[in-house]
Amino acid sequence: MNKIFERALYPYRRSADQDAAAPVRHPVIVVGAGPVGLAAAIDLAQRDVPVVVLDDNDKVSSGSRAICFAKRTLEILDRLGCGDTAVETGVTWNLGKVFFDERQVFDFNLLPEDGHKRPAFINLQQYYLEQFMVERAHELTAAGKPLELRGRNRVIGVTPHADHVALDIETPDGRYALEADWLIACDGAGSPVRSMMGLDFTGKVFEDNFLIADVKMQADFPTERWFWFDPPFNRGQSALLHKQPDDVWRIDLQLGRDIDREREKQPERVIARIREMLGDDVAFELDWVSIYTFQCRRMERFRHGRVVFAGDAAHQVSPFGARGANSGLQDTDNLCWKLAAVLSGSAPESLIDSYDTERVQAADENILNSTRSTEFITPKSEISRIFRDAVLDLAEAHPFARPLVNSGRLSVPCAYDGGPLNGADAPGLPARTRPGAPAADAPLGNGWLMDALDGGFQLLGIDADIPQGVAHDDVAVSTLQLSAADNPALRKRYLGEAERAIYLIRPDQHVAARWRSHDAQAVGAAIDHALGK
Amino acid sequence: MTRLETAPNIAGPDDFYAELLAAHEELSRAESDALNARLVLLLANHVGDRKILSAALDAARKATPQRR
Repeated sequence: MNKIFERALYPYRRSADQDAAAPVRHPVIVVGAGPVGLAAAIDLAQRDVPVVVLDDNDKVSSGSRAICFAKRTLEILDRLGCGDTAVETGVTWNLGKVFFDERQVFDFNLLPEDGHKRPAFINLQQYYLEQFMVERAHELTAAGKPLELRGRNRVIGVTPHADHVALDIETPDGRYALEADWLIACDGAGSPVRSMMGLDFTGKVFEDNFLIADVKMQADFPTERWFWFDPPFNRGQSALLHKQPDDVWRIDLQLGRDIDREREKQPERVIARIREMLGDDVAFELDWVSIYTFQCRRMERFRHGRVVFAGDAAHQVSPFGARGANSGLQDTDNLCWKLAAVLSGSAPESLIDSYDTERVQAADENILNSTRSTEFITPKSEISRIFRDAVLDLAEAHPFARPLVNSGRLSVPCAYDGGPLNGADAPGLPARTRPGAPAADAPLGNGWLMDALDGGFQLLGIDADIPQGVAHDDVAVSTLQLSAADNPALRKRYLGEAERAIYLIRPDQHVAARWRSHDAQAVGAAIDHALGK
Repeated sequence: MTRLETAPNIAGPDDFYAELLAAHEELSRAESDALNARLVLLLANHVGDRKILSAALDAARKATPQRR
């Protein structure tokens, strides 16, 4: 096992708050220092919003857990200052292969076009990502940013009030109390904050068991996602093989319903299964084993007054499609600029309701996709299996059947169609960059468009004149003058057949509004609208 | 085609029906089910139009008396 599990990365230290006569009030407290909570903390600190993170642990999570991080997540990590480390350490992949029985049925490329800084996916053990994010958090703290990580601080009481939240916290030195203007609960699928508040978490529970094994081996399988339906080594079930850094491979084997979990977890039994899959001549050792079942469910609302839920605490999906951690990072990406705007007074508190609307929409999209993948991978009726096998039988010879094969619809960001913050749209511009959609990357000189988006409101003039630097009330709006001449990717993604366009980009890099020519008044109205005014 | 064609549209209906049954001859029940499923998928792709496919599903559902 990797030693990183053993090291206290943010060991308990007594805080002055513990000796205060009355509970100290903080603008934002984040509960949970997993990837989602850390992303929230880094994002807020970068925006100079003071943030305290409380976690009952002081180490990274043990076992590889989430391993697939999608392009959009990497773009978010770039903005948070951890993208390069993640991509350099991670294993980059774009290709997937699907097998049925003993045959390869087809392969697919998740990013079939050029002109993006980041690949479709990297595989990276969750503990690496958490380590890089903790290091980034420490770096921000050292640079004077208002970020504090408090290890072994377990939240044992949550009392919501109209304008703040009161917390009771247990530490190795005993209990103390804190208050927060806003509380972000990123405390995972079993969210203690959610339980303490007595909130619902409903949805569909699936009965199939899956065995995850991380295996260390020197093997020359290509860096691709391999998925098997009904393979000879796991009859009637599915299997997945995926490469991680350090010669670690993720093997995911469907075991079916009604199994003896303890027996299936025994190393001899797991090793025998894996030997059957890999063949007798591949030497490997077991790194981590876990058996899981899963749920597809979400909270009815993600905002409850001054308590906001994000990541697995708010919603859970099946692992097919890598929509768990990826959607969690998109939650805080959506939330943090809004909280910063509300706390600075440039937006009304009701802006936080748009977090609820937009991220519930995204969660529903993820749950729908993940539920459909689950039905295809683990058909729940005889006829469902008959159609599934028919699709797979046809897919090898007939291209039409390939889009029906569903081994996981891999995480793509939600376009907030019909979203409450979307402003004007101009006819004739490409659909992929419509208001609500995430900005699409494109090369820009020696760099990339996504890197030129600065985390605030930004006005892009593409072959259209815009003024330099726009101020709207107290909101700073930076401007970026671009040309699509000699930039076919930018043209295709932002202009289509049009000669020029103006885009207003939100701080989370989603498109707020777009026009065919500049109109200062229209831009001001769109900024107001995007701030929930 | 803008709506589901339910008027006779197959030239030589008896020949087609015989061909359909012949394709199932000597198949087990499981093999027949699989063949039918592949056939449905091939024909559905040929039609393509989502509205027509929905109308066909609806017509098929309503064709048995107890579901009407």
